[in-house]
Amino acid sequence: MTDAYSQLTTADGRPLKAALAAAQARARRRAFLLVAPLLLFVVVTFILPIGQMLQRSVYHDGFSNSAPALGEWFSSHPDGSDFDESAYAALASDLALMKKDKTAGEAGTRINYTVPGTRSLFTSSARGADKLEPPYKEALLALDAKWGEPVIWQAMREASSPWTSDFYLIATDRQRTADGGIERVPENERIYLWLFGKTFILSGVITFLCLILAFPIAHLLATLPMSKSNLLMILVLLPFWTSLLVRTTSWIVLLQGQGVVNNILVSLGVIGDDGRITMIYNQTGTIIVMTHILLPFMVLPLYSVMRTIKPSYARAARSLGATSWTTFRRIYLPQTLPGIGAGALLTFILAVGYYITPALVGGADGQLISNLIQFHMSKSNWSLAAALSAMLLAGVLVLYWLYDRLVGIDKLKLG
Amino acid sequence: MQDDLPIHGETRVTTEARNDDFVVFDHVQKSYDGVSLVVKDLNLNIGKGEFLTMLGPSGSGKTTCLMMLAGFETATHGEIRLDGRNINLVPPHKRGIGMVFQNYALFPHMTVGENLAFPLEVRGMGKDEREAKIRRALDMVQMGAFANRRPAQLSGGQQQRIALARALVFDPALVLMDEPLGALDKQLREHMQFEIKHLHESLGITVVYVTHDQGEALTMSDRVAVFNDGKIQQLGPPSDLYERPDNSFVAQFIGENNKLPGTIEELSGDKALVRLGTGELIDATPVNVTAKGQKTLVSIRPERVEFKPEMMPAGAHMIDATVLEVIYMGDILRVRLRVAGSDDFVMKMRNTLGQTKLSPGQQIKVGWHPADARALDPM
Ligand SMILES: Nc1ncnc2c1ncn2[C@@H]1O[C@H](COP(=O)(O)OP(=O)(O)O)[C@@H](O)[C@H]1O
Ligand SMILES: [Mg+2]
Repeated sequence: MTDAYSQLTTADGRPLKAALAAAQARARRRAFLLVAPLLLFVVVTFILPIGQMLQRSVYHDGFSNSAPALGEWFSSHPDGSDFDESAYAALASDLALMKKDKTAGEAGTRINYTVPGTRSLFTSSARGADKLEPPYKEALLALDAKWGEPVIWQAMREASSPWTSDFYLIATDRQRTADGGIERVPENERIYLWLFGKTFILSGVITFLCLILAFPIAHLLATLPMSKSNLLMILVLLPFWTSLLVRTTSWIVLLQGQGVVNNILVSLGVIGDDGRITMIYNQTGTIIVMTHILLPFMVLPLYSVMRTIKPSYARAARSLGATSWTTFRRIYLPQTLPGIGAGALLTFILAVGYYITPALVGGADGQLISNLIQFHMSKSNWSLAAALSAMLLAGVLVLYWLYDRLVGIDKLKLG
Repeated sequence: MQDDLPIHGETRVTTEARNDDFVVFDHVQKSYDGVSLVVKDLNLNIGKGEFLTMLGPSGSGKTTCLMMLAGFETATHGEIRLDGRNINLVPPHKRGIGMVFQNYALFPHMTVGENLAFPLEVRGMGKDEREAKIRRALDMVQMGAFANRRPAQLSGGQQQRIALARALVFDPALVLMDEPLGALDKQLREHMQFEIKHLHESLGITVVYVTHDQGEALTMSDRVAVFNDGKIQQLGPPSDLYERPDNSFVAQFIGENNKLPGTIEELSGDKALVRLGTGELIDATPVNVTAKGQKTLVSIRPERVEFKPEMMPAGAHMIDATVLEVIYMGDILRVRLRVAGSDDFVMKMRNTLGQTKLSPGQQIKVGWHPADARALDPM
């Protein structure tokens, strides 16, 4: 504001700026009070859990808590130091502590994440740890020769601090080498990146199918007379009123080997009884069922945009000499782009994180990344599940950013 | 046959098409629901270069007629001919008719220049020719500096000009306009009326114009077709409609109008004597009354009512009136009178220096030239 404005005063002599600020502050306070309950709800149930998830993906204190001596040794001996008697002494004292506190399993589990097959090394060594005599190096190596492996020491060094990038390494199919470097895991053990790729590709396919199927329906909805479009709208929304589980299992009834579709095909003689088509418990099943379930999320944004496109645009184009195809391509389609963008973004984001449907009908090859996240959660590997989830979240945010750059978030129309 | 249509607007002269039937509606009927007729037996010839206005109240079927001509609705019965050819089965994009819509229908995702380029691109015109035509069309509507704007960045009046330029840029011989000025304020509307009229004259195009505004119809048109209830009530030049309405609908729809109901007392050639409900006798010109004793509605324009006996023709009847109200309107004075028991008889007098002052309650006598009072069908 210029000085001329700040010097203006109200009738009773207060500076205009101050009076305005006071008046607006009251309105702002009231507005804040109105949204406060929702804000609280969102913070408690959404922001905090996401924050906690992000923290868990880089924080695991299973080992660092139960191995204080090793922690001290690692911090006073930089990377590349020899693992001498003092290191083994620290290890022995920590193992004894683990036995006392019964934390050997927990600590082993943490190391096991990065070096598979090491959990039992901790549990069995801890069992006799209080009877160990110096020199500890020989005693421990006698107990289990694995204690001499640099990979395990490297893993323990990384785990001696609760803050770690280990889980992101795992989630991107990478591991630490014995000398502290990072390499990709052997080809036959790479699963996560491949599954991310597959999830994104399948979601893309499902989004595309939804778009192809939803476009004509949405157009019909937007142009039919009210009474007919209402009926059609009910049909579109019907799936929303049925439980997701019911819808998914009805697809099983339809598509399974002895299901309705196969039975009809067999009785029509299109296929033989021994040639029943496998349409479910595989990738095809995931695509079919998820396309059906996500279809309304494509129809509604498209419909809401198409409804606002006046028929006079098409008429104008036709009167100017355009064929109906040119009219569609150059006049109608460009105006539906905000709807296509919103519908595709919504459908894609929902598909990328979908869990129940692939779990029920996906079989072995129709699983998505969310199924793997659930798997790690069921195995209490919270940190890895969190790292995978965070990567998924990052992927979605990148998409969102891309959409904003290409189309503009302000053009997003959901209804 | 469709290829022979004047898509680029060359003014082709076909042997069978005379100049005054460039556009022909031949017994055209239209029904949307199969139950009622929205357009009832429309017969209309529009000449080349003519400015014809379809005027009528909302719902009278004007837009429907225009849409049938443009090809967006099909005639349920009858034939529409353009330049001598039946176009009933020609799709809209092959008719080569320019069209201006009420809400302008400028493509929102294109700039003004792209909007104007569209009809030229779909005709496969080269870039240089296109740009020359666009520039010419934009200059024509004084919008030369706006080629790179989006429609949303223009005011209503500017959008209107662009819509006009777009409908003209591909040189159509026929341009249809459906209430194109309906969304503009009064001043802008009057200005655009003038500009459209001017364009019509300088380009020599045929214009079919739809409006429900009688002032607009009267000032712009060569001929006006007054629509009501799916029928043309009267077709003629503006002065005919105003001064010689054929029926009471036209008389009431166009201009202000005093109505006096009565019965035909005497009928002789082009003169009639009408006895009003309250007993007075007045003079009138019979229009669609044929016999003595028939009921009629006499219509008189307010500006043709006289109250000074010296201005009246010899032998004309005058009747008593009471001044109820004098409204000062600047250029004229509007006097509301009680005449023959009705309280809404209006007389307009010029606001001249020596004009007689009337005041409420004053008793006067009013009369009119018999030619100005028309005995029409009772409604
Ligand atoms: N597409 C349509 N479907 C059904 N009825 C229509 C349609 N368009 C117009 N009508 C009806 O036809 C009548 C004439 O409409 P219209 O031609 O738009 O009149 P105007 O332009 O003179 O106001 C109206 O009663 C209207 O309800
Ligand atoms: Mg209309």
